[in-house]
Amino acid sequence: MVKKAIQIDEKDNIATTTSEVEAGEALEVTSPDGAVILRPKVAELIPFGHKLAIKPIKKGENIVKYGEIIGIATQPVKAGAWVNTHNVGSARMPTSGKEAGIL
Amino acid sequence: MGYGRPDKSVGVRNHLLVLAPIDCSFEPAKKIAAQVDGAVAVTQYHGCGADPVIVNNLVGTALNPNVAAVLVLGLGCETLTVDMVADGVRPSGKPVETLVLQQEGGTLKTQEKALRILQRWAQEVAEYRPEAFPVSKLTLAVECGGSDATSGLAANPAVGVACDKLIDEGGTVIFSEPQEMIGTQHILARRAVNKKVAADVYRMIDEDEARLKARGVDSRWMSAGNIDGGLTTIEEKSLGAIRKGGTRPIQGVLQDNWDRFDRPTKSGLWLQDGTGWDVPSVTHMVAAGAQVVCFTSGQGSTTGHAIAPVIKITGNPVTYQQMEDNMDINAGTILDGSESLNSVGDRIYKSIIETANGKKTKAEALGYRDYIVFCRNRAAEHLLGHC
Repeated sequence: MVKKAIQIDEKDNIATTTSEVEAGEALEVTSPDGAVILRPKVAELIPFGHKLAIKPIKKGENIVKYGEIIGIATQPVKAGAWVNTHNVGSARMPTSGKEAGIL
Repeated sequence: MGYGRPDKSVGVRNHLLVLAPIDCSFEPAKKIAAQVDGAVAVTQYHGCGADPVIVNNLVGTALNPNVAAVLVLGLGCETLTVDMVADGVRPSGKPVETLVLQQEGGTLKTQEKALRILQRWAQEVAEYRPEAFPVSKLTLAVECGGSDATSGLAANPAVGVACDKLIDEGGTVIFSEPQEMIGTQHILARRAVNKKVAADVYRMIDEDEARLKARGVDSRWMSAGNIDGGLTTIEEKSLGAIRKGGTRPIQGVLQDNWDRFDRPTKSGLWLQDGTGWDVPSVTHMVAAGAQVVCFTSGQGSTTGHAIAPVIKITGNPVTYQQMEDNMDINAGTILDGSESLNSVGDRIYKSIIETANGKKTKAEALGYRDYIVFCRNRAAEHLLGHC
């Protein structure tokens, strides 16, 4: 069976693997509805439950999972590349509503 | 389908509750309940002081629409009296009686009276016929426990899809566990319906962080195991938990303190300022009125509840195989690629409706009656200005 990675929210620019994927293996990325939205080239090992970019992400761009910002790219990330602490930093969550521009 | 109550709420079960406000009367309460069809006994284990948060939980349980009638059974010398509970229930118009062991003259005399009351109620309740009611009468509680890497990936997002659907149909959803919201304050606050609710979100999570800090726990810490498991930031970790409540706007934060116990006042998504400990958290949300519970678990769980059906969902296909006796729904089909997230969400929604219509969950069929009332640390609450 072809390995899968799922996009949890339609706004996400990353997907999460449902099993370990090795470099060169065929991979299908599916939307929340189950449609195949991408068959990326996988150039490195991506462990189970880890993330990969589903579009090219520029340095400084938001990483979006669950439809929300989970961090910021610290370097450019190619579509299909593994995403974790080596190329993403915390957006340093706002510690108050004022800082977040909400209150 | 459900049972209309005098206060216009709708129960999806018809439990007869034998409520011991303190553990001193719990053994007699259990023996009495065991003799009557449909009766269930509950208590709390924090002593007989009249701690308002405990009284709120007990009264809330009795007021839950899944309870048809309530017998409050006390010992007699406790500070937390039977009337403190019964007085909270009476305005609802629900049948409520009290018995006190020291006044009745011991177990056997009390038991005879108790059994006569419960026997009558059991016969009356058997005559109730369920009626059709709209989804707007339904409140769902969502909880997660025994999480693993599949929780944030499959089970929680799928339950979130079901929650969104329930809310879009006019229903109400509650989720709690503020510890698991840490790092997502700004995200939850942005979903608040107004600035007051946004401020309440910050206050709830900040206070829970302060409670953890007082115990020497740094709540923003990410372990090496978290990162190896694929979680990059604390925001991502917490989002995996809060996604089980779906994505709809947050109507309010339900508080439970020395002077108040909030219940949802309109349909939609509500957060509860409660605990991260599973069974007490479920008990707390059911006390706020939830008639049905969805419980996600990566590693598997046996949890049920005294008065509310608990639907258990796992995103881990191996867990489902190993714990099929206990887990109601396999969301692990998302992982093997055989089913989409939205399709599993639809299946969970259907199961919520079927359960509300009377279908028994696995925990119900096994007779599991989990019930734990949680208690706040009074010293910590004093420092936070709550008492």
